[in-house]
Amino acid sequence: MSAIHPVAKLRLDRVRKSFGDRVVLDDVTLDVGAHEVVCLIGASGSGKSTMLRCINLLEPIDDGSIWLDGVDIAEPGHDPDPVRRRVGMVFQSYNLFPHMSVLRNITLAPTKVLRRPRAEAEQTAHELLQRFGLDDKAGAFPDQLSGGQQQRVAIVRALAMQPEIMLLDEVTAALDPVLVGEVLNVIRDMRGLGMTMVLATHEMGFAREISDRVCFLHQGRVVEQGPPEQMFSAPERPETHDFLARVIASGRL
Amino acid sequence: MTGSTPITSDGADARASAPSRSGLSRRAEYDLRQRRRSTLVASVSTVLVVAAIILFVPMMPGWDRVRASFFDWDTFTDSLPKLWKPFWLNIRIFLICAPCIVVVGMLVAIARGVRSPALFPLRLFATVFTDVVRGVPVILWITLIGFGVPGLFSERAWYTKPVVWGGFALVMCYSAYVAEVFRAGIEGVHESQRAASRSLGLSSSQTMRTVVLPQAVRRVVPPLMNDMVSLQKDVALVSIIGPVEALRRAGILVSQSFNFTPYVAAAVLFLLVSIPLTRLTDHLMARERRRTSGTAVS
Repeated sequence: MSAIHPVAKLRLDRVRKSFGDRVVLDDVTLDVGAHEVVCLIGASGSGKSTMLRCINLLEPIDDGSIWLDGVDIAEPGHDPDPVRRRVGMVFQSYNLFPHMSVLRNITLAPTKVLRRPRAEAEQTAHELLQRFGLDDKAGAFPDQLSGGQQQRVAIVRALAMQPEIMLLDEVTAALDPVLVGEVLNVIRDMRGLGMTMVLATHEMGFAREISDRVCFLHQGRVVEQGPPEQMFSAPERPETHDFLARVIASGRL
Repeated sequence: MTGSTPITSDGADARASAPSRSGLSRRAEYDLRQRRRSTLVASVSTVLVVAAIILFVPMMPGWDRVRASFFDWDTFTDSLPKLWKPFWLNIRIFLICAPCIVVVGMLVAIARGVRSPALFPLRLFATVFTDVVRGVPVILWITLIGFGVPGLFSERAWYTKPVVWGGFALVMCYSAYVAEVFRAGIEGVHESQRAASRSLGLSSSQTMRTVVLPQAVRRVVPPLMNDMVSLQKDVALVSIIGPVEALRRAGILVSQSFNFTPYVAAAVLFLLVSIPLTRLTDHLMARERRRTSGTAVS
C-alpha cells in the first residue's frame, strides 16, 4: 500500500516493537496526511494502543522510524518533549490529574511547557470549555464529573496545547453508551476544525462515519487499509472479513 | 394481628410505608437501635475491665510498696514543675528535627527513583543510606554520632554540643524511614498519571513536581504522622549522650528522692503531646479512607 499523500504529516516506516518475546508491532507502515482522520480498528491486543503510544514516544520502538513533518522523531536520543508538545494524546481512562481543578488540568501544560502567562492560558481554557459545553465545570475536580465530562475535559486539556495531531486511544471504551455520544460529538467538532487525528476505536459505526481512512490491525500488522466504505462493505483480506463478521455478530456495527 | 412481628403481606406493607412514631426511616431506626446497643455493650465491658484493675491490682502482695515508689502524690507534684523546662527541650528538638526529616526524607525518596544513568551514584547512595541507617538501632546511631563526631573538633562551640549531634542522628535515622514512606507514596501514583503528564510535554522533573509528588504527599500524610508520633517519643533517646531533657531530668530526680514517681510524671508529659498527635493521625487516616473508598464496610 503506497503513501496516499506525497508528503505525509506523520509517517510510520517499518516500525517494530516487542515486549519480551511478544511482537506487538510487526513492520508497521502507515502514512497520515495533514487534516486526515485515520481510524485504527482491530481486536484487543492487535497493537492499536501500542502504536499510538509509540507515536507519542511513550514507548520506545525497537526498529524502524517515525517521521513527523519529515523529521525522524523515533531516532534514539531524540528529545521527546518538543514532539509531545505538537502531538496531543487522550487516553481510555482519561488520566486527569485528580488533585487539580478542571481549569488547572487544562492550563498546566500551557503555563509550564509553553510558558504562557496564566491569565492568557485560563482565557484559552475557558474558550475551549465553552465550545464543548463545559464552562460551568471549570472549578470542579475530576472526581465530581461524569465519565463523559472527564473525557471531554481530557480532550480539551490536550487541545489547549494546540497540537498538530491528536492521538485518541479508545476514548469511549470506559464510558456507558449514553455518555459515548457526547465524546463522539467533540471528536466530530475537532474534525470540523481540520485536526489531524489518529484514533484507536471499537466504535465501528463512528469509525465509518468520521474517518477518511480505516486501518485494520491484526497481530501487530497493518493487514488492510482504505476508505471506510470499502473497508466496511467490501474488505479484501480474509482477516478483515472475519473481524468485521465478529463485530457484526456482537451487534456493534 | 397477634404476633409481635407482622407476617401477612399487608402488615409488612403497612410497616414499610407508614412513617414510624419517631419520624425516622426504618434504616435510621435500625441504626439508632444498633448504636444504643453497641454503646451499652462498650460501657459495660469498659466498667468491668476498669473495676477489675482497680480491685485486683491493689490485692497484689507488693502493691503498697509499688504505690509508694511509683505513685507518690507529693513527689509527683514536686517533680512535675521541675520537668517542664527540660521537656521544653524535647519539644524544641522535635520541632527542629521534624521539618528537616520531612525534607531530607523526600530528597532521599526522589533520589532513589532517579533513572538517569548520570545520577546513578546518587541513587546508589540513597539506597545504601536507607539500608544502612535502618539496619542499626536508633539508640546506637545516637551514641556513635553523639559521642564520635564532636571528637573531630578541637574547639568547643555550639556545633560540638551533644544535643546537636543527637538531633543530627535522629534526623538521619528518621529520614531513612520517612524516605521509604515517601517512596511508597510516589510508587503508588499510577503510571498513567505520568504518561498523561509526559504526553502533554512536561519534562520528567516537572511531572514529578506538579503531578506525582502532590498526589504522593497527600497519600502519605497519615503514615508520616505515625512516624512523627514516634519521633516525639524517641527524642528522649538523646538523653543517653548527655543533654538534660525530660527523661534525664526525671532520672536525676529519681536518684535524689529514691522514688520512681518522677518517671511517671515524665510519662504524663509525653502523653500530653503524643495523644493529641495520635488522635490527629487517626482523624487524617479516617478522612483519607473516606476520600478514597466511599462507604466504610463494618
